[in-house]
Amino acid sequence: MYNQTEIIKDTSELGAEGELVINMGPQHPATHGVLHLVVTLNGETIKKIEPHLGYIHRSIEKMCESLTYRQFIYVTSRMDYLSSHINNLGCALLVEKGMAIEVPDRAKYVRVILSELTRIASHELWLGAMAMDLGAFTPFFYAFREREMITDIMEDTCGARLTMNYIVPGGLMYDIHPDFQKKVKAFITQFKSKVNEYEDLVTNNVIFQSRTKGVGILSAEDAISYGCTGPVARASGVSCDIRKIYPYEVYDKVEFDEVLETAGDSFARYMVRVKEMNQSIRIIEQLIDNIPEGDFVGKTKNVLKLPKGEFYTRVETARGELGVFVVSEGGTTPHRIKFRSPGFSNLSVLNHIAAGSKIGDLMASMGTLDLVIPDIDR
Amino acid sequence: MFLKDYISEVVNGVSSLLKGMRKTGYYFAHPKEIITEQYPDNRATLLMSERFKGEVVMPHDENNEHACTGCTACELACPNGTIKVVTKFEVSPEGKKKKAIDALVYRLELCTMCNLCVVACPSDAIKMAPNFEHSVFDRTKLTKVLNQTGSKIREGIE
Repeated sequence: MYNQTEIIKDTSELGAEGELVINMGPQHPATHGVLHLVVTLNGETIKKIEPHLGYIHRSIEKMCESLTYRQFIYVTSRMDYLSSHINNLGCALLVEKGMAIEVPDRAKYVRVILSELTRIASHELWLGAMAMDLGAFTPFFYAFREREMITDIMEDTCGARLTMNYIVPGGLMYDIHPDFQKKVKAFITQFKSKVNEYEDLVTNNVIFQSRTKGVGILSAEDAISYGCTGPVARASGVSCDIRKIYPYEVYDKVEFDEVLETAGDSFARYMVRVKEMNQSIRIIEQLIDNIPEGDFVGKTKNVLKLPKGEFYTRVETARGELGVFVVSEGGTTPHRIKFRSPGFSNLSVLNHIAAGSKIGDLMASMGTLDLVIPDIDR
Repeated sequence: MFLKDYISEVVNGVSSLLKGMRKTGYYFAHPKEIITEQYPDNRATLLMSERFKGEVVMPHDENNEHACTGCTACELACPNGTIKVVTKFEVSPEGKKKKAIDALVYRLELCTMCNLCVVACPSDAIKMAPNFEHSVFDRTKLTKVLNQTGSKIREGIE
C-alpha cells in the first residue's frame, strides 16, 4: 500500500499546471452503482478518465468453482442483474452443449420469450435512468410503468422479479403460469400504445437532442478494437448481434432486424436501444401464440458432470456479448470459469470517447454506454 | 439568416417542451391511469403471485404431519449451506429403527431464494411461500426450524 508521503508525491506528479483531479463516485448518483471515475480536468475540459473498479467485487468466478453445474447458474443472476435471465441462459447453454442434453421445444420458446422480455425491461430501466442523468425526471416513471408489467409477468412465472433463476440445465424449472400468454399479450398492447410517449418526452425533446447529438462519438474501428459489443457497437455500425451471427435456441426461426446506426454518438446509441425494444416485441409476437405443447424439461442425469475439456458459449444480453468459458477436469464442479462480460469492454472505451469533451457531456457518454457495475466487477 | 435560424430554434424548442408538458398534463388530469401502489397502506389487499419465492416453508396437515423423510437432498442442492437436516432414529413399537428428522434448520439470512431445494425434494415436503416481510430486531430469529414441534412424518411416504 501507499504511505502518506507517496500519495503526496503522486498527486504532485499528476497535477500539471491548471489541472484538477476530481473523483466521481463511488457514491455518485449518476454512476448507477459503485463505479469510481478519477477525472482529470483542464478547466471544464476532460483530459483523462480513469475508472477504478473493485468496490463490488464478489469473486463470482471463484465462487462458481466450488458450486456444481446445477448450482452455479443462480450466481450469474448477480452479475448483470438487469439481464439475469439471459446470463442464466448462457450458463445453461454451456452445460447443455457440453453434456449434449436435449432441450424440449417448449422450453426453448419460453426461454427466448423471457429473454426478450428481460431485454425490454433492461432497456426501459436504462431509458428512464439515462434521461434522469440528463436532467429529465418524468421519463423514469413512464419507463417504469411498462417495466412493471414485465416484472409482474416474471413474478407470476419465475417466482422472482429480478433474479429469476428459472432456467435449469435441460429446460425450465417449472412450467409457465397459466396466465402467461394472456399477460404477455396485454403487455404488447400496452407497450405499443405507450411507446410514442417516449418519442414525445425524450426523443423529440430539443434539450435531449442537443445534449446527446455529436457527443461521445465512437468510430466503427475503435468499437472493434476496444471490443465493444451490443448496442454500443451497433450504434457505430458494427454488426455484432450474437442472435444473428451464432443463433441459439429458436432465434434462427424468427424474423427480426439487427438495428444498426452509423453516427456512433450518444443519440445513435439511444436510438439503437429504443428500436431494439420494438424488435424484441416483434420476436415475442411471433413466438407467443406458437409455444408448443410438451415437456418443459428434458431428461438429465441426477449428477451433472461435464466431460474433460474446454467449453465456450455466448449469448446476447441487453448490453452485448456475454461469453461463458469453462475448463472442466471431468468432475462435478468447473475447474476454472471465466465470464466475458459486455460491460467491462464497454467501460474501457469511456476514456476514448469522453476525453476532450466537456465534463457535462460525460453523463451523456457514460449513460448511453449502459453500465451495470456488478457486471463489470463480478 | 442568423435571425431566422434563431427564431426557428426557439419555436422548435418551445413546441417540443409543450409536447412533453402535454403528456404530463394528461396524466395530471387522469389520475385513474396512474398505477402507483401505496405499499405499506395496501397490505390488506396486496396479493403476491402464488409462485413468489419469499421463504422456504414446510407444509403440515391438520394432524401435524409433514412429508419430510430426512433424505438431505435439499441440503446437498443448496448452494449456500442454508439448510441443515438433523436426523434421529425413531424406534417403532415393534422395535424397528427408522430414520426421521429431528429438525430441519433453515437459515433465512443465507437464503437467496433460488428454489433449488424445492426442486430437489423427492417428496415435495418443502415449498416456497410468498411472504416477503422478513425484518426482525434480532438476527437469531432468522434461523428457523421448519418442522413444527411434535410433528411426525405422514403415513406412506418413504
